[in-house]
Amino acid sequence: METIFDLARAERRASAQVPARESIEDLPESALRAEPPGLPEVSELQAVRHYTRLSGNNFSIDTQFYPLGSCTMKYNPRGAHRAASAPGFLDRHPLAPESVSQGFLACLHELQQILQRVTGMGSVSLTPMAGAQGEFAGVAMIRSYHAARGDTGRNQVLVPSTAHGTNPATASMCGCVVREVAVGSDGDVDIEALKAAVGPETAGLMTTNPSTCGLFERRIEEVAAIVHEAGGLLYYDGANLNAVLGKVKPADMGFDVLHLNLHKTFATPHGGGGPGAGPVGAGEVLAPYLPGPMVEKTVDGYRWMEPPETMGRLSAFMGNAGILLRALAYALMLGPEGMRRVGEFATLNANYLATRLQHAGFDIAYPDRRACHEFIVTLARQKRECGVTAMDFAKRLLDYGVHAPTTYFPLLVPECFLIEPTETESKETIDAFVEAMTSVLAEAASNPELVRSAPHTLPSKRLDDVEAARRLDLRWRPAHASHRSDPSTSG
Amino acid sequence: MTDTPDEAKYAETHEWARLDDNGHVVVGISDYAQEQLGDVVYVELPDVDQQVDAGAEAGAVESVKAASDIYAPVSGIVVAVNTSLDDTPELVNQDPYGDGWFFAIEPDSTDELADLMDAGEYSEFCESE
Amino acid sequence: MPFIPHTKADVASMLAVVGAADIDELFDEIPANLRARDSGDGDAAGLTEMETLRRMAERARADETGPCFLGAGAYDHHIPSAVWDIAGRGEFMTAYTPYQAEASQGTLQLVYEFQTMMSELTGMDVCNASVYDGGSGLAESILMAVRAGERRRTGGRAGSRPRAGGSRRVVLAGAVNPLYAAAARNIVGQQGIEISQLPHGENGLADPGLLKDLAEPPAAVVVQQPNFFGLLEDVDAVTDQARECGALTIGCVNPLTLGLLKAPADWGEGGADIACGDGQPLGIPMASGGPSFGFICTRQSLVRQLPGRIVGRTRDLDGKPGFTLTLQAREQHIRRAKATSNICTNQGLLVTAATIYLSLLGPEGLRNVASACHARTRALVAALDLPRRFDSPYFHECVLRLDRPAQPVVEALAARGILGGLALGPYFSDLADCLLVCATEKRTARDIRQFSDSLDDAVRKAA
Repeated sequence: METIFDLARAERRASAQVPARESIEDLPESALRAEPPGLPEVSELQAVRHYTRLSGNNFSIDTQFYPLGSCTMKYNPRGAHRAASAPGFLDRHPLAPESVSQGFLACLHELQQILQRVTGMGSVSLTPMAGAQGEFAGVAMIRSYHAARGDTGRNQVLVPSTAHGTNPATASMCGCVVREVAVGSDGDVDIEALKAAVGPETAGLMTTNPSTCGLFERRIEEVAAIVHEAGGLLYYDGANLNAVLGKVKPADMGFDVLHLNLHKTFATPHGGGGPGAGPVGAGEVLAPYLPGPMVEKTVDGYRWMEPPETMGRLSAFMGNAGILLRALAYALMLGPEGMRRVGEFATLNANYLATRLQHAGFDIAYPDRRACHEFIVTLARQKRECGVTAMDFAKRLLDYGVHAPTTYFPLLVPECFLIEPTETESKETIDAFVEAMTSVLAEAASNPELVRSAPHTLPSKRLDDVEAARRLDLRWRPAHASHRSDPSTSG
Repeated sequence: MTDTPDEAKYAETHEWARLDDNGHVVVGISDYAQEQLGDVVYVELPDVDQQVDAGAEAGAVESVKAASDIYAPVSGIVVAVNTSLDDTPELVNQDPYGDGWFFAIEPDSTDELADLMDAGEYSEFCESE
Repeated sequence: MPFIPHTKADVASMLAVVGAADIDELFDEIPANLRARDSGDGDAAGLTEMETLRRMAERARADETGPCFLGAGAYDHHIPSAVWDIAGRGEFMTAYTPYQAEASQGTLQLVYEFQTMMSELTGMDVCNASVYDGGSGLAESILMAVRAGERRRTGGRAGSRPRAGGSRRVVLAGAVNPLYAAAARNIVGQQGIEISQLPHGENGLADPGLLKDLAEPPAAVVVQQPNFFGLLEDVDAVTDQARECGALTIGCVNPLTLGLLKAPADWGEGGADIACGDGQPLGIPMASGGPSFGFICTRQSLVRQLPGRIVGRTRDLDGKPGFTLTLQAREQHIRRAKATSNICTNQGLLVTAATIYLSLLGPEGLRNVASACHARTRALVAALDLPRRFDSPYFHECVLRLDRPAQPVVEALAARGILGGLALGPYFSDLADCLLVCATEKRTARDIRQFSDSLDDAVRKAA
C-alpha cells in the first residue's frame, strides 16, 4: 500500500486547515529553520481516505475475535468512550484551578474509591500511565519503605520464572537485582525454591495471580508469609485481575501493593498499542509512599493532595486522565453486581473453551488444573509430527478471521498459545474459534505447507522480520518512491 | 547434529575460542548457539584495544526473538573485531567458526584456555542442556 | 448483566461440557477463606449507559470555562474534525499492539509514517513509536544518554562521538518545564542518576558559560526550546558548549513550533543528539493532561539505546513492501532485566491522531499555525499591558509581572470564567508575582479583550 508520502505533491494542501500566515519578523533568524519540514502535502480527502483505508488493514475487537492471552481483549463500551469525550473533560486544561475542576476531581475520587473496594487496598493513586509505570511505582515504594527503616541492604526483587518481561525490566529500572524463583510442574511457585531465595537482601516478590500460566496460585498465603517473614513485601501485578474481579481481593491474598491495568480489566481500548492506565493501590504500610497527585474530599470540595512520603509525580500532569474517566464509566455501568460477573464469566468462557479444545485433540499444558480466565495450549506435538510451529498455526488462524492467541508466552511452555476469550464473547463465537482451530489442525496434518506459508488472505503475506532487523528502514525517504515495487531492492 | 570442530575450545556460555598462528585467541559462538538463537540480526562487539576479562561481558548477539550476552573466554586485550558483522550478521549463521568470528584477543596467558571444554565435552554439555 | 452475552441456556450447556455443577465450582482451586470474604459492596446493579452519561456529563459541564490562556505544557489548539473521526474508528481504537504484523498493517504503516514525520520535524534519523508523555520522554532520554556514555562496549564504532566517561549526572540548562523535570527526577533517581539545575540568567535564558565551569562533564545537557518561560534559547551556543565538554545534548521541544523553529539536529555545529517532547499540540485535546504522547528522536548511532517500540519496513513472502515491529531485542519481552526500558503499552492511539493531524496540516499549515500562535500571544501581551519579566524574544508563551502575588489573581480570573495563565510562585519562588500566559491560534481578539477587561477587576479582587 502506498504511504501518505507517495500521495503527496508539492504545493497541494488541505486548505481548510491552513490559517493565514502571520508575521514572525520579531523572532531571531538564528532560531528559525531554513527549510520547511518534509511533511506530506496532500488534500483533506486524500488524508481521510488514506487513513480510513489503513484502518481496514487492522484486526480489532470491533471486527474480530481477539483471544490474546494476558491482554484481556474484551469489548470496549462505546458509552464509556462517549462519557469521557464530553467537552468539559476534553477541553479541561490540566493546570486549571481546583475551583473550576470539581467535576473532574469528583470523577477521580469516585474511581479511587471503586478501585479501593475491588482490590481491598486502603489507598489508590491513579496517576501511573500504564501497567509498567504502575509496577515502577510499586517497586519504588517498596524501596522507599525499606530505606525509611534504615534497611538498606534489600535490593533483590524475586519473580517467578514464568513472569512477564516487564517485571524484571521494572526491577532493573528501579535499580534492583532480579532473582527468578522456579515454578513447579503443577504451575505453582516452588515453595522450597522460594524459601531458599528469600533472605536479608529480599526487597520483595512481584507476581500475578492467577499466574501467567492461567492458574490460581493455590499457596499464595504461604508465599506471602514466607516473603513477609523474610522482611520483604509483596507486589501484585494486576495483569490477570480479570479472572478474579469481584471474587477475590488481592489485599486478602497478602499483597502490600498492586497495579491494575485499566486497559485490560476495566475495558478501556488498547488503541493499537496504548494508551493504558496503571493505577497503584497500597495497604497501610506502603500508602504513604504512593505517587501523586491524588484526590481527597474535604468539606470545601475536592482537592489535589500528595501522600506524606510520596515518591512524587511520574507524569507531567495527571497520568492518562481520559482513560481514568472511561474506566469510571465502565465501573458505573457494571456496578458491584456486574463487577463480580466479570470474573465468573471470563472463567466460564475459558474453561469451556479449554475443554472443547481438549476434546478436539489439542494438548492443554496443565490438564489437571482448573483454568482461570486463560489457559495454555501447547503445539509441541504438532511441531514434532507435522513440522508446523505455533507461529505458523497463529498465522493460519488469521486467515479464518480470528486474531491469533498470544504465542510463545510464557516461555516455560514450548510452542504455546496463551488463550483468553474474555467474558464479553458469546458461546457462538467461542464455538466458531474451536472450529477454526480444528480446521487448522487438520490442515497441519494434510497440507502443512499451507499452514507454514500462511496467512494467504490478508493485505500482506508473511513478513520478513529478520530482514527488517538486519537492514533497518525506519522512515520513508524520497528514494522509496522510485523503486517501491521492485522486490530486488532491499530497503 | 551441530558442528563442533576439535581445534576449538568451548565455554558453557557457548563461545568458542581458538588460538591462531599469531598467538591471538579468536572468539565466536558455536554452531549449536547460532542454531538456538535463529537468524542473527545484530552483533555488538567490543572495541579494539579494550581490556576484557575471562567470564565478563564483551559483547552481545541478537536474533529477532532472543538476545544473549557474549562473554570473553580468556582475559586480554582485544586486537581485532569482525566489522563485516555490522552489515552481514548472517555470517554468524552461515559460517560460525569461519567468517562469522566475533573478535580476537591478545591473551594475558594461554592458561585460561585449559579451563574451557574440548569438543567432546562441549557436545555432551549441549546434549544435557 | 452488562456486556455479557450469555443466556441461561448457554450457561447450562457450557457448564455441562466443562462438567461443573455451577460457575462457583470453577473457582474451587481458590482457597475457601479467600473466596468467602464478603466484598461488602452489596449487590447493586450498574447504571444504564444513559444514566452514566448523565452523571458524567453533569460533572463535565461543571468544569467548562471561558477562554484558556494557560499553556505550560498543554495547549488549546484547533483540532481538524477528520483527526478524531478517523483515529476514533474501532479498527484503530480497539486493536492491540501490532505484534501479529500481517493483521496489523494499518497501525504499523501509520507508525512508520509517524516516525518519518517526527524525524522530519526534528531533523533526526529515527523516532520511536511513543512513550507516555513529555515527562517520561525526558526521563527516558536521560536514561538513554547515560547508557550511551556508560557502555564499555561500543557497537557504534561508526559514531565516533566523544564519550562522557560514564557520568551519572545530567544538567538542565535554563528553564525546563518543572513538571517534566520532577517526573524525570523521580524516574531516573531510582537508578542513582542525578539531575541538577543550572540557573537561568536575568534574561530568562540558559547561560552556556555555566557549562564551561562544570567540574565534571555530565552525561547530557538538557535544553528546552522554547523554554518554560516561552523564550527562545540560544540553542546553538548551548549545544556547542555541551559538545565541547563531552556531553550529549537533549533538546526538549514542542513539535508544533518546529513548523517554524530550527530542527534540533541543526542546533550548533553538530546538532542535538536526542530530541524529545510531548505530542499534545498535534491534534490531541488537553483532556486534563492525558492521554497525550511522548516522543524521542535520535541519531542512527543511538538507535539501539532508544526505548519503546519501533516499526521497520520490510517485505513479505511475495516481495511486497510491508511493515513490522523491529529491534525488539531491546525490549522487555525479550531482554527482560536488561531491556532499555520497562515500557510496553505506549500511547498508540494518540500517535494515530498526531499522524493524521500532521498530514492535514502539512508543512505550510504547521508553519502558519505556529506563526498565528506567536501573533496572538504578541497581541495578548500588548493588550494586557503588564511588564514582561524577561526581555528575550518569546514564542507563544510569555512571563508577565504583576504588582502582587499571581495565584489569587488566577483564582479571581477563573471565577470570571477565564483561565488567565499559570502563577509561577509554586515552581519558582522568586517569580511569585509572575504569570505565564499563552495564546494559541484559537484565541480571538474578543477573547483577548475579555481577558484584558477582566484583569484590573481581578487584580483588585485579589488584593
